[in-house]
Amino acid sequence: MKVLFDHVTKRFPGRGKNKHEEVIAVDDFAFEIPDGKLIGLLGPSGCGKSTALNLICGLLTPTEGRILFGDEDVTNIPPEKRGVGMVFQNYALYPHLSVEQNIIFPLQNLKGADKLTKEQMLEKAREVASLVQIDQLMERRPSELSGGQQQRVAIARALVKLPRVLLLDEPLSNLDARLRLQTREEIRRIQTRTGVTTIFVTHDQEEAMSISDLIVVMKDGRVQQIGRPQEVYDDPANLFVAQFLGTPPINVFRGTIRGNSLYIGEEAVLKWEAQDAPQGSESTEARPVTVGIRPEGFIVDADGPFTCRLNAVEVMGRDVSVVCEHPELTSAPQIRAVIDADEQPDRSQETVRFSLKPHKVLLFDAASGERLHTGW
Amino acid sequence: MEDRNYKGYLYLLPAILFLGVFFVYPLFDVFVYSFEESYNFASGTYRGVGLYNYRYVLRDPYFLKALQNTLLLVLITVPLSTGFALLISVALYSIPKLRDFFQTVFFLPYVTNTLAVGLVFMILFQKTPYSNGLMNLLLGLFGISPIDFIEGPYAAKLFVLSFYTIWIVLPFKVLILTSALAGVDEQLYRAARIDGTSRARIFFRITLPMISPMIFYLVITGFIGAFKAYSDAVAIFGVNLNSAGMNTIVGYVYDMLYGDSGGFPSYASAAAILLFAIVLTITVVNLLASRRHVHYH
Repeated sequence: MKVLFDHVTKRFPGRGKNKHEEVIAVDDFAFEIPDGKLIGLLGPSGCGKSTALNLICGLLTPTEGRILFGDEDVTNIPPEKRGVGMVFQNYALYPHLSVEQNIIFPLQNLKGADKLTKEQMLEKAREVASLVQIDQLMERRPSELSGGQQQRVAIARALVKLPRVLLLDEPLSNLDARLRLQTREEIRRIQTRTGVTTIFVTHDQEEAMSISDLIVVMKDGRVQQIGRPQEVYDDPANLFVAQFLGTPPINVFRGTIRGNSLYIGEEAVLKWEAQDAPQGSESTEARPVTVGIRPEGFIVDADGPFTCRLNAVEVMGRDVSVVCEHPELTSAPQIRAVIDADEQPDRSQETVRFSLKPHKVLLFDAASGERLHTGW
Repeated sequence: MEDRNYKGYLYLLPAILFLGVFFVYPLFDVFVYSFEESYNFASGTYRGVGLYNYRYVLRDPYFLKALQNTLLLVLITVPLSTGFALLISVALYSIPKLRDFFQTVFFLPYVTNTLAVGLVFMILFQKTPYSNGLMNLLLGLFGISPIDFIEGPYAAKLFVLSFYTIWIVLPFKVLILTSALAGVDEQLYRAARIDGTSRARIFFRITLPMISPMIFYLVITGFIGAFKAYSDAVAIFGVNLNSAGMNTIVGYVYDMLYGDSGGFPSYASAAAILLFAIVLTITVVNLLASRRHVHYH
């Protein structure tokens, strides 16, 4: 089922000291979530992603705009009639019921023509339990399960009534690192098997990038960019998106465009042909810009144009991190460049010189942070 | 480790001493007295050992009346007060805005003096040749002739005593249950709502099981408290409960020790042991029954 946000805004009344200031949690959302895909709503905490999820499931109703499932306007339909399955951050399993009873709980609510016999319910529960691989645990109580197993029970309970849309709120945040890797692949597998449109919320960009068909990057209640993970990574719409995606994060510098060169400090680190010139570099005057360089955009090169003070070289097996400093760096105290293990710089030197991979160098307007598109 | 154990016991010693002297020893002593015929405090002598005291007490019409009163009081007040407390707590829980205010209002009886409340009840329910209490005026509005709740028919007196007991124990139960309700994870309700669970089903299948340990606690302590009832009856009917026909088991024990018919520690002990046996039995039955219906997590 495709989900359409039609200019949806959600405002909350202010509280306490800020009584008269409304909080805009979701600001003019207008996008479509395609049918049968896995979508990650990504953003820092407080960006409105959970509000967006609650709007889809109907626990909240929008202040303005409409929400459509397919062609059906569900804006004013209560949650129980929307046909959504929800997996809560803390799973919200009923602690006094067994796994099996938890899974059939939603089925027992069905009335009238949809009503199922006990056997049909158990049959459905068994099916979905084997899908998420918990069929051996049906008699247990939630407290007797590990975090990952509880997660699966919660997914099974959300899936058993065959929802039109499956929603997951921070599905991996309560799991330890190893289990997180495993579970995110599990979510991908279950989504592919069932084909149900699945929307999950996360603040972890790696999580979103690794399994989503599409990510929606949000900040302060506004959608920043929507696209396939690789697209958004390679071609971010603004500085926020560029900084939010990628580990280690992108290195940000103060720079200047002068003529057909990009300067960081006094060094011309990148030159281009006239047809590749960045937006807004037409004038001959020097223009200050914000420069983002991905960690993998550095090449150690003794004759390279970009000089940094070398602090450390960290060997991580496959890759090597070159940690260095530059006075124009604004994003962090140190630059982190990731290079191949066989291209290590001379550690005895105080400085290291790089040349840059042009497509890993992103330019942004110094004031607004909007992306300045380039031809390279 | 051993050194630490020794220290631990040292810290416990004062409490153990006090409990031993003022609680365990008397308990044991009462048990012994109950089998000693006509024990005399002053001389420390008794006539013989046996079941004589129990035989006497169980045939004493005053004891049987007290037993009847106590059992009826327990059977009426424990389920009703727990039920009302549940209703009030759920109602309080559903009005977040005024919850604090009403919580305070409902808690007021708890901090009010029992005897003072008893006096007020007496005035509310009384019927004298000169005036009727508020309750009788109300009944009069419905064309019912005045009833003397304090010195009238047994059912009326039992009604007043039960009413009073429920009113007195309600605040504590409401307090416990509102905090139990507040402890239920809000997400469970949200999950249930999304799955289309009706309100009644949410209450019976989620809320009740989640607060069942607290309800069980209230039932057990309610039973024990009601079996020990005495001051409530005194507050309404005065100290001569036997003549009012409203005595309780604890009242009977007290009368046997100090009352007009006082000076019979052996009978008092036997009655006390009988009460102990009843409370123990009921508590054990409660515990066994709870295994199936109470969900600890």
